[in-house]
Amino acid sequence: MFTETLTGRKKQRHERVARMFFGLMTAAMVIPLLLIVGFVVFKGAPAMTWEFFSTNPRRGGTAGGIWPALVGTLYLILVSLCISAPIGVLAAVYLNEYAKENWFTRIVNLAVVNLAGVPSIVHGLFGLGAFVYALHFGKSILAAALTLAIMTLPVIIASTKEALASVPRSFREACWNVGASRWQTIWRIVLPNSISGILTGVILQVSRTAGETAPVMLTGVATFKAIEGGGLFLYDLREQCMALSMHLFYVRTQASGAPEELSYAIAATLLGVVLLVNTTAICFRVFLRARKKW
Amino acid sequence: MSAPAEHGISTSDLCLWYGAFQALKRVDLEVKHGLITALIGPSGCGKTTLLRCFNRVNERYGSVTTTGLIRIRGKNVYDADVSLIELRRRVGMVFQRPNPLPLSVYENVVFGLRIHAEKRPPKSVLDEAVEKALTEVGLWKDLRDRLQAKATGLQLEQQQKLCIARLLPLKPEVILMDEPCSALDVEGTRAIEELMFALKGKYTILIVTHNMAQARRASDECAFMLLGELIEHTRTENLFLNPSNPKTAEYIEGRYG
Ligand SMILES: Nc1ncnc2c1ncn2[C@@H]1O[C@H](COP(=O)(O)OP(=O)(O)OP(=O)(O)O)[C@@H](O)[C@H]1O
Ligand SMILES: [Mg+2]
Repeated sequence: MFTETLTGRKKQRHERVARMFFGLMTAAMVIPLLLIVGFVVFKGAPAMTWEFFSTNPRRGGTAGGIWPALVGTLYLILVSLCISAPIGVLAAVYLNEYAKENWFTRIVNLAVVNLAGVPSIVHGLFGLGAFVYALHFGKSILAAALTLAIMTLPVIIASTKEALASVPRSFREACWNVGASRWQTIWRIVLPNSISGILTGVILQVSRTAGETAPVMLTGVATFKAIEGGGLFLYDLREQCMALSMHLFYVRTQASGAPEELSYAIAATLLGVVLLVNTTAICFRVFLRARKKW
Repeated sequence: MSAPAEHGISTSDLCLWYGAFQALKRVDLEVKHGLITALIGPSGCGKTTLLRCFNRVNERYGSVTTTGLIRIRGKNVYDADVSLIELRRRVGMVFQRPNPLPLSVYENVVFGLRIHAEKRPPKSVLDEAVEKALTEVGLWKDLRDRLQAKATGLQLEQQQKLCIARLLPLKPEVILMDEPCSALDVEGTRAIEELMFALKGKYTILIVTHNMAQARRASDECAFMLLGELIEHTRTENLFLNPSNPKTAEYIEGRYG
């Protein structure tokens, strides 16, 4: 009784192999990531001084700092976030909670899914035509941020819908059956229980905007635009700005004679910005969770 | 409305389709106020669907067509002046799986009051409502010190009682229970049945059950449904002792389930 059978041993062997295989795959993902980050930071570290972060580039980008590019990237992130997050979340709430299942919503959903796969350079071209020329915004932060917003909207909508759909139906039923309106159900139960998922989706997209080069290059990012003086608003939304991603591209390929560590320092800064955004999101999430009273 | 007081729910010629599938076929049902009526029938015969008609919540489940008449306490629920919100407030539903909201015990009980209040109700009103409702379902003693505890962390039986308590501050006329005990053990089942007896008289209680013994001991009247049709509806003793329809007899003898 209870002795190992042949099939039992085989099962165990499979179990071991499977576990090792999946473990290896995880390692194959994590190790390169750590290597990349480590490499970039290590190579860039010598150039990362206070002056690097706080001054304008000099001598065609081969010397000086990245201050305008850093500010420009933060501007683009913030402005596009302010546009895409509310629109995306509200649209997703509508699609998931209000819209009836019919041919129209099916088309909208299909469009959302497919738009998410459109290459960013195509969005850039659209932004150029729509915002820069047709709406006469010119090449500007506003046009670039709008383009980024349009680019991230489909994914934000899709991920928000998923987060909303993960709220159990029984919660909604409980609400309907005490006479809660749809809005009350959404506001009191659905959103509080999906806010983590929604934020995660939004933030992932924000980090994506931080690194985009092609669409902003076409719509509002200049290779060189110094910030003079330090008013409260360092950039005006109607003017062009610099961005880290574009600056990195420029320094590495166009500015001959730039020290190598400069480009790595820029890359490390870009990583830092993404990390900062994600950390903010995590803190926000923890804060929201702590505010729930149990 | 000026209907005789004993009218709880009445339907006439009620048909319902999910898309092209007819789930209810010409149901004529009279449920008396103040009594406990059990609704029995094999799986998929439309019991849940019928309950959902009474507070018109079926309309939230995809493409549903309903024809016929439904009166709750004498009032046609399809009248133009019926507000769905008020209807659902007066016709409460308890589900198979206890579904407390992911809030504290306290907030669960006052949830209905909060959403129906024009302005923020004062704390004293809410406190009173919580004590009253929890006392009525017999949870007050156990939970008075844990009102801020998470409702989804309670025992199943307590959760189910809480779901009933959640309806009470809204002063319902009708309480619909869809297999309220099927997720509970014997003790929990007994507790819920006792609670039903305690609530009897004040409310029209309609309970769906798959448990013949429960239908027998806990209900005054009993209705049997089969494939969307109401086959028989009479006093419980009658239905179990001398069923007038052979199909009823077969079902209660357990020949199909
Ligand atoms: N939302 C829906 N859309 C389409 N068909 C449905 C829907 N809900 C129920 N049905 C169908 O309607 C019929 C009746 O379902 P209902 O849930 O009312 O049965 P029930 O008597 O409550 O069964 P059970 O005892 O298993 O709970 C079933 O055939 C079911 O498949
Ligand atoms: Mg059912």
